Amino acid sequence: MPLWKSYHIPRTVDEALATLAQYGGAARIVAGGTDLMVDLQYTDHVQPLEALVDVTRVQEMLDIHQEADDSCRLGAAVTHATIVKSTLLEARATCLVESCGVVGGPQVRNVGTLGGNVAHALPAGDGTTSLMALDAQALVAWGGGLHEWLPLPALFRGPGVSALDHGKDLLVAFRFTLCAPGEATAFKRIMRPQGVALPILGCAVWVKLNAARTHYDDVRVCVSPVAPKPVRAVEVEAALRGQPVGQQTLENAVAAAHRTLHPRASAYRATAEYRQHMIETLLRQTLPLATERAKTGEARAEGVGLG
Amino acid sequence: MSELKLTVNGVEHHLDVPESRTLAFVLRYDLGLTGTKIGCSEAECGICTVHVNGTPVNSCIFPAFKANGAQVKTVEGLAARDNGHEHLHPLQEAFIEHGAVQCGFCTPGLLMTAAALLDENSSPSETDIKIALKDTYCRCTGYTSVLRAIQSAAAVRRGDPKLPVAEPHVSEPMRSISQSEKVQDIEDRVTGRAKYTDDYTFAGMLFARTLRARYPHARVLRIDTSRAKALPGVHAVLTAADVPGENIHGLVHLDWPVLCAVGDKVRYMGDAVAIIAADSEDLAAEALKLIEVDYAPLTVVDDPVFARSPEAPLVHEGREGGNLLKHIKVRHGDIERGFAESDVIVERTYRTPTTEHAFLEPECAIGVPAGYGDHDKLTIYVGSQIPYQDRNQIARAMALSEEQVRVKGVLIGGGFGGKEDIAGQIHVAMLATVTGRPVKMLYTRQESLLFHPKRHATLIRIKTGVKRDGTLMAVEAELYGDGGAYASLSDKVMTRATTHATGPYNVAHAKIDCYAMYTNNPPSGAFRGFGVTQSAFAVEQNMDLVAEALGIDPIAFRLKNAQKVGVTTATGQLLRESVGLIETIEKVSADMHAGHFRWGWREGDMAYGWGIACAYKNTGLGGGAPDRADAQVEAFADGSVEVRTSSADMGQGLLAVLAQCAAEELGVPYKHVRVLLSDTDKTPNGGPTTASRQTYMSGNAVRLAAINLRDTLSRVVAEEFDCPPERLIFEEGLVRNNGTSMPFADAVKLAHAQGLSTNILHEYWGPKTQPLGTGGDMHFAFSYATQAALVGVHLHTGEVRVEKIISATDIGRAINPLLVQGQIEGGIIMALGNCLTESFIVEQGVPWSTLLARYKMPSIKHTPHITSYLVEHRTADGPYGAKGVGEIPSINTSPAICNAIYNAVGVRIFSLPVDQDALLRALREGEHEVHTAWHDVH
Repeated sequence: MPLWKSYHIPRTVDEALATLAQYGGAARIVAGGTDLMVDLQYTDHVQPLEALVDVTRVQEMLDIHQEADDSCRLGAAVTHATIVKSTLLEARATCLVESCGVVGGPQVRNVGTLGGNVAHALPAGDGTTSLMALDAQALVAWGGGLHEWLPLPALFRGPGVSALDHGKDLLVAFRFTLCAPGEATAFKRIMRPQGVALPILGCAVWVKLNAARTHYDDVRVCVSPVAPKPVRAVEVEAALRGQPVGQQTLENAVAAAHRTLHPRASAYRATAEYRQHMIETLLRQTLPLATERAKTGEARAEGVGLG
Repeated sequence: MSELKLTVNGVEHHLDVPESRTLAFVLRYDLGLTGTKIGCSEAECGICTVHVNGTPVNSCIFPAFKANGAQVKTVEGLAARDNGHEHLHPLQEAFIEHGAVQCGFCTPGLLMTAAALLDENSSPSETDIKIALKDTYCRCTGYTSVLRAIQSAAAVRRGDPKLPVAEPHVSEPMRSISQSEKVQDIEDRVTGRAKYTDDYTFAGMLFARTLRARYPHARVLRIDTSRAKALPGVHAVLTAADVPGENIHGLVHLDWPVLCAVGDKVRYMGDAVAIIAADSEDLAAEALKLIEVDYAPLTVVDDPVFARSPEAPLVHEGREGGNLLKHIKVRHGDIERGFAESDVIVERTYRTPTTEHAFLEPECAIGVPAGYGDHDKLTIYVGSQIPYQDRNQIARAMALSEEQVRVKGVLIGGGFGGKEDIAGQIHVAMLATVTGRPVKMLYTRQESLLFHPKRHATLIRIKTGVKRDGTLMAVEAELYGDGGAYASLSDKVMTRATTHATGPYNVAHAKIDCYAMYTNNPPSGAFRGFGVTQSAFAVEQNMDLVAEALGIDPIAFRLKNAQKVGVTTATGQLLRESVGLIETIEKVSADMHAGHFRWGWREGDMAYGWGIACAYKNTGLGGGAPDRADAQVEAFADGSVEVRTSSADMGQGLLAVLAQCAAEELGVPYKHVRVLLSDTDKTPNGGPTTASRQTYMSGNAVRLAAINLRDTLSRVVAEEFDCPPERLIFEEGLVRNNGTSMPFADAVKLAHAQGLSTNILHEYWGPKTQPLGTGGDMHFAFSYATQAALVGVHLHTGEVRVEKIISATDIGRAINPLLVQGQIEGGIIMALGNCLTESFIVEQGVPWSTLLARYKMPSIKHTPHITSYLVEHRTADGPYGAKGVGEIPSINTSPAICNAIYNAVGVRIFSLPVDQDALLRALREGEHEVHTAWHDVH
């Protein structure tokens, strides 16, 4: 039987919400469909839908826009491929390009969107991990009419469980501050060649060095998955904040990570022990990389397409 | 919004189709552009790639209306056309030229993905290509030829010279033999014109689905189909009670119900309980949900060792031997003496997992009833490796004579052993007969994963004894093979695992026992390597362990014990000829040692190591089974020749090989030879396309038929020229004697004028073989191979990457060198998957690997640099000296990689696929053995 009946292509957020409302919960937003189409076909509990509401022609969801305050507004329906090609994001939100560049293959990145990725609430979504390190906010258009900027973690209720009601609400855009001089980011992840193509562990870091580039003024670290929802590694951040750039500080950060982050085992993905060790491996890769980028002001995304 | 506007390949379409369709569906079934293939419907395999407004996307999950108003380009639009002339795209040309097309099913996806890359990047590096094609899978080629073809096409587009074809070196090429001729329909396979089963459609055709078991082991108490039958648009709902003949099928043992009956049992999750034919796939799927079945679940036999224990329930009641499908024994020499005389004994236990063929074309069968159009009998269209055995099994179940059934083979989108058993053939025969209409049964990828027989999971304990001087003295082994719910080819597969468990070595004493067991797991059957892939994993690692214990170089150790002419195998076969193993070892060793060679070293965070492994594999059925292939060769008055046999071309290129044999003997241009395969009404029985046998068997049948035909023509022309027939030479499309010649076509006309037939059938019987246990020749030929792998292990993640493979393969003669190379490269990558990425996970009889997303096969990004040497030790009775090539490349890659891992980091892998998690733990804890695999991670 058909997985959905009607297909709508609204041009505005309001139109999209109205169309959703018209179906009283029996419609879903679709952007790239790379997750949704698979879920609809192969997940038993998913009911056939009355309609799909395609948001990939809603202009305000498609822009990558540098705002006056040096923040970036990124439409939720921007594809991974578009993010990867953005020179602005590569230079000033490098981790986002690095994470979006390893999602799926080219065909998936060409249609799959960062918004879809976040709305599906996977705790280890690569783009999500980077958005966490960028301290991003998300603009949600609630079915009730309210448009609201929320911190990213507020969208997550649990693994695969979003705060959004997919039959009512719409994720419209993200917003985060672009890296200024002395600031930089990096993302790396660990995969295995077997089974489902989700990361064993991903790690994104944002660092802000002092004017002399000798100390960490501020740091944000997200390692995922270590909890049912994406979380910042606050103890690791604390171990770095205000500390001098160097080996001992890195060791302290690694020690803090081992002390405070305890990822779980997951079947056919990784043992808890392996994940624990990968936190260290990833921190030892990403932190020096971001620091170097912050020092030099040069940031070239690494590993794009090599996921 | 009800009208869908699409501009496809420059042609604007306004379609009135349901808004629920995917783009792939609309292209294939509404517009008839069947060049776009559907491999998974999960956005995993990428073969459905088309361009939407210039961007490559997976059309299988792309809602058609999402493309409303867009420009769509498919493989049919890749070639340029002017004035009715087709000019192939440089990629299409290059794929043909470089041998980057085998079965052709994934080819449209590879081409479209590559075309998008070249539009963006005129000089892509190898890395650029790997990034672009990362998720566009090919199961046949192993990607090496694909990489080269894309780079060559890019050069052509830039106006640079194209890349030379990487033709392997061969000895003594002939006119047609040992020439890299192209398969006759190769252009169809790059343009989307090639038709596979699902690309056929018939007026009034219905669509079928199968209801599968809900439990891996349960008694069927009740089946109620009334609600399904009542659904409008449903034409038939059939159960076991509706099977007209015997409700059973099977290739070696008849143990597999066509449909599981009330009162009988389901024995695995893929068992069929009911079948439906309806007006559409959607309706058939909806009707499936309306069938009610009550079961009484039974204890699941989920493991072959448990299956052999007295407390295990019986999978097949009333069967002599219980769950023991077969106990296979090899006895050679005196095993106790062998170990008594050994100075070093190494004993270890190895495990290999169930693996999945993942041919990119899911199974499809179309049944057309007798009397429909020009179908005078019940006709089944199917891509099958064994059309005549399909016919036999269909006839038995349908209570028809074999002559009342026609199996018409169509192009096969990959097989690898996985299209030997019955899939939907009998079901569509039943549904077509009952409804009086053509019925198509297309399995989804997920159904294919659930249903079809897989590679046996094995548990192999092996004990190897050697003298201090490196003489191999004794091998004792015990193997358990998980045969799953039905016998399929378990008996034969596990026999091959057993007889090859000494490795290709001279060993005086051997005792090998194998227990092939019934379980409630998916059935296991034929899969490229046929059991030898499993035993080689154990044998070749034990060889390295022994060499290390002796302090001998592993290459020298293998050379010392390698099979050669004069050696008697553990089954009592004296090897009299065509044993090229030593030359394969020497070729690989020489390449490895070129430059500064070390077995292992470290660089930064990486450890590198080389590993080596040898293999042998029989050609043909062997074991006393009469091995026969029939072929017809017919010459026509226009000078053309047709070759006919039921043997299957599943991408390996048999079409070309057979035409080359005929062209060689008749001296006609290759292009004048047509080949018709796989039609039980039109082609004689070539036997199963299995056991690496068709080049040898059907090749010989064609060669000998062509010789007979030539003899007939010789007699006629000799009379005309007044010369002895043996003086005549057939070449260049002429029959000539000194200065006199006659076109081949005229010779044929002359024969016809004399009332002589130029249609020759040859029944070729392979050399006689002996059953296991009786000594003598168990097989009529063996192919040999050595492979070396260079791997890198990341010291902080445990990730393993294969950097290089060097391979040398003794195939007797390369009848078509580029095709042989394609078999070798493809076989190596398939085996690399066996080692590093693949495991079909079943939990208590219930598959976890239900999606292609959960079963990763190697993609282009895994492709190492492959160097492949051909070794040609002719076998006397093979056509032009040729023996099998299909399986030998897929046997020793896994142990070569694992030996390399050991040489890199000092940790040995005893269970596949390699788990980076466990490998890193061993590295960190200083352990030297890993006995768990990916599927053990919890």
